[in-house]
Amino acid sequence: MDVMTETQFRAEVAGWLARELKGEFACLRHRGGPGDEEAFPALRKAWERKLAEGGWVGAAWPQEHGGRGLPLELQLAFHEEYVRAGGPGRMGHIGETLLAPTLIELGTPEQQRRFLPGIREGREFWCQGYSEPGAGSDLAAITTRCWQDGDVWRVQGQKVWTSLAHESDWIFVIARSTPGSVGREGLTFLLMPLDQPGIEIQPIRQMTGEAEFNAVFFDGAATDAGCIVGKPGEGWRVAMALLGFERGASTLGQQMHFVHEMQLVVDVAIATGQAHDPAIRERIADAWIGLRALRHNALRMLVGNSGSVRPESLIYKYAWSNWHRDLGQLAMDVLGAAGDVRSDDDAVRRLQQVFFFSRADTIYAGTNEIQLNIIAERALAMPR
Amino acid sequence: MENALLLSDEQVALQDTTAAFVAEFANARKPPEEDAGLWRRIAELGWPAVQVPEEFGGLGMGAVELALLMEEMGRRLIRAPFFTSVVLAQTALLQAGDAAARERFLPELASGETAATLILAPGLVWAPGALTVECHRDGAGWVMNGESAQVLDGGDAAMAFVAARTGDGVGLFHVPATAAGVERTPLDVWDLTRPQCHWRFGEVRLPAEARVDASGALDTGLARTVALAALQLAAEQVGGAAACLDMTVAYTKERVQFGRPVAGFQAVKHRCAEMMVRLETARSAVRGVAAAAAGLRDADELACEVAVARVLASEAYRYCAQEAVQLHGGVGFTWEYDPQLHFKRAQWGSQWLGAASRWRERVASQLLDLA
Repeated sequence: MDVMTETQFRAEVAGWLARELKGEFACLRHRGGPGDEEAFPALRKAWERKLAEGGWVGAAWPQEHGGRGLPLELQLAFHEEYVRAGGPGRMGHIGETLLAPTLIELGTPEQQRRFLPGIREGREFWCQGYSEPGAGSDLAAITTRCWQDGDVWRVQGQKVWTSLAHESDWIFVIARSTPGSVGREGLTFLLMPLDQPGIEIQPIRQMTGEAEFNAVFFDGAATDAGCIVGKPGEGWRVAMALLGFERGASTLGQQMHFVHEMQLVVDVAIATGQAHDPAIRERIADAWIGLRALRHNALRMLVGNSGSVRPESLIYKYAWSNWHRDLGQLAMDVLGAAGDVRSDDDAVRRLQQVFFFSRADTIYAGTNEIQLNIIAERALAMPR
Repeated sequence: MENALLLSDEQVALQDTTAAFVAEFANARKPPEEDAGLWRRIAELGWPAVQVPEEFGGLGMGAVELALLMEEMGRRLIRAPFFTSVVLAQTALLQAGDAAARERFLPELASGETAATLILAPGLVWAPGALTVECHRDGAGWVMNGESAQVLDGGDAAMAFVAARTGDGVGLFHVPATAAGVERTPLDVWDLTRPQCHWRFGEVRLPAEARVDASGALDTGLARTVALAALQLAAEQVGGAAACLDMTVAYTKERVQFGRPVAGFQAVKHRCAEMMVRLETARSAVRGVAAAAAGLRDADELACEVAVARVLASEAYRYCAQEAVQLHGGVGFTWEYDPQLHFKRAQWGSQWLGAASRWRERVASQLLDLA
């Protein structure tokens, strides 16, 4: 692809966003990312439908599945322009970037026909049922059970830390289908409607006072037998394939949010005069340096050859989550005592949310300690 | 799109052959008498020609290829004038030299038959006010006086390119090491793999053509030289950090304590993993900046981008070297094992071409002093 094409594409994305992200949607600018998921949920769902009308949902999918088959360069360009324009946190990202690629790779044609259009049109929202109270980063320890009961499968147990379950229509669940099985064996991957009597969703109030995570209780909840992805007992493979899509092009979008937050910190430092403090200058420089390095690392990860162990992929989660946590601390140090009061100023409030919510970044999706184990064992081949 | 981060097949081949060569001929633990032989082999392989344009007998490649070479040489602590002659002197000629000087010196520097060094302000920073050498007109020629306390030179540099005050500004001068009035004294350095000399200039008479800077190019040219050299030093540091990690993982897998290899202890695993995080972050930064370097025309912008690689690689190397010493246990403190070699190189590298704090301040001033 030549440079002009990417430039034109960026102009197209930026132009569309400038036309559409205003009026009723203006209040969504820079809102709704992790730590701010409670912002305007209904309006953000309407925004997802608007995005879908513009052809921007599922644009990375292959054309035969209703996508536009965008090459990686244009996916990156889209995510960057989206965040640059202040595009809100995506309610549909679990469905679009995790479940849909998994169904395209491992789902049946029937599953693809049934679920992909709802995701692509911004009508159906998904959440992820992996973690359990007794199995945080240790997915192989899950105990939620499932079994076939005539034409349906049933699920019994509990999931936890389920982001946006209360705003979702469907959940994908990994559960143990072979009684007595241990570890990665005997697991099954199910797609389940959330709106049914056998499912209860309880919000979990976070350190920030908000509740974007939930506990989800299953008491004989049912789903069609056709909603098993892969074969029963092969759930581990499906679950891991899905996690493999986690480090896709949307990574660059996340970084553009970081760029925005970093600029807020810089603005506060200049406004308060802390920009003259040598220690603050050094920390701000370090934050910027760290962010540039995350970008170089992400590009290396995205363009690199697949196959063998990719160190830049293995270090990525640990690197960004620690960087973000440090930025949160820096933001509060730059705010000073004013940081202790909940602010109505969007910029200050955002920094306060970054500070508190980033304490979760180094815990969810594999804690720092698990990440270091993974690096040591997979990249360095150190003994378990 | 910065997909230049993906190495081409030719670049991967260069990396592989370089790695194989330095693994076989590394001289960090060999007697200094073998150094000249190693440099001759390196010249035969064409490495000194890598970044020199083809019109001057070079291979016409760029920062990415040079960084691959530097990374592999840093891994094995090669003791050769490659950094001084290629990364410093050649780059200064390419960035700040006039056409005549390039034509005159680049072919011999590219062939490796000559090794040169570069003299700027102490520590190889570009700070015109801190220059310690001056050069005044004398008829058609010049007379140079002053000294440079620490020059990267093992006594094998045939010439130096010297930034000197001229009374009405600064010039870049070519000075043969054999010129009358030049006196070199080898220094007793801690890092034996990167030798230094004290250069003294006492009434050194130079011809008119000794001044080699292109008109108006000096300030930006030398600022770019320092930035590009700092990027290559970062590449070398990534190689050194990688060596520290590799040797430490290998050692902890072999070393048995309490009935099991110490590599199985989580405290050890986490420390090695942390080394890898810093190493790969720095490697990504070096690769990314090297791929972008040619396109960054503005010297300040280049310096800010290089700061990313420079700060992270410098600190990753120091961190990994220190951890290598610790995780080797008692032997890590001995002369016989390699961690000490890297520990010293890492310390050396943290102070040249601007310490990390200086690079951070460049970034900070770009971000914070616009208002």
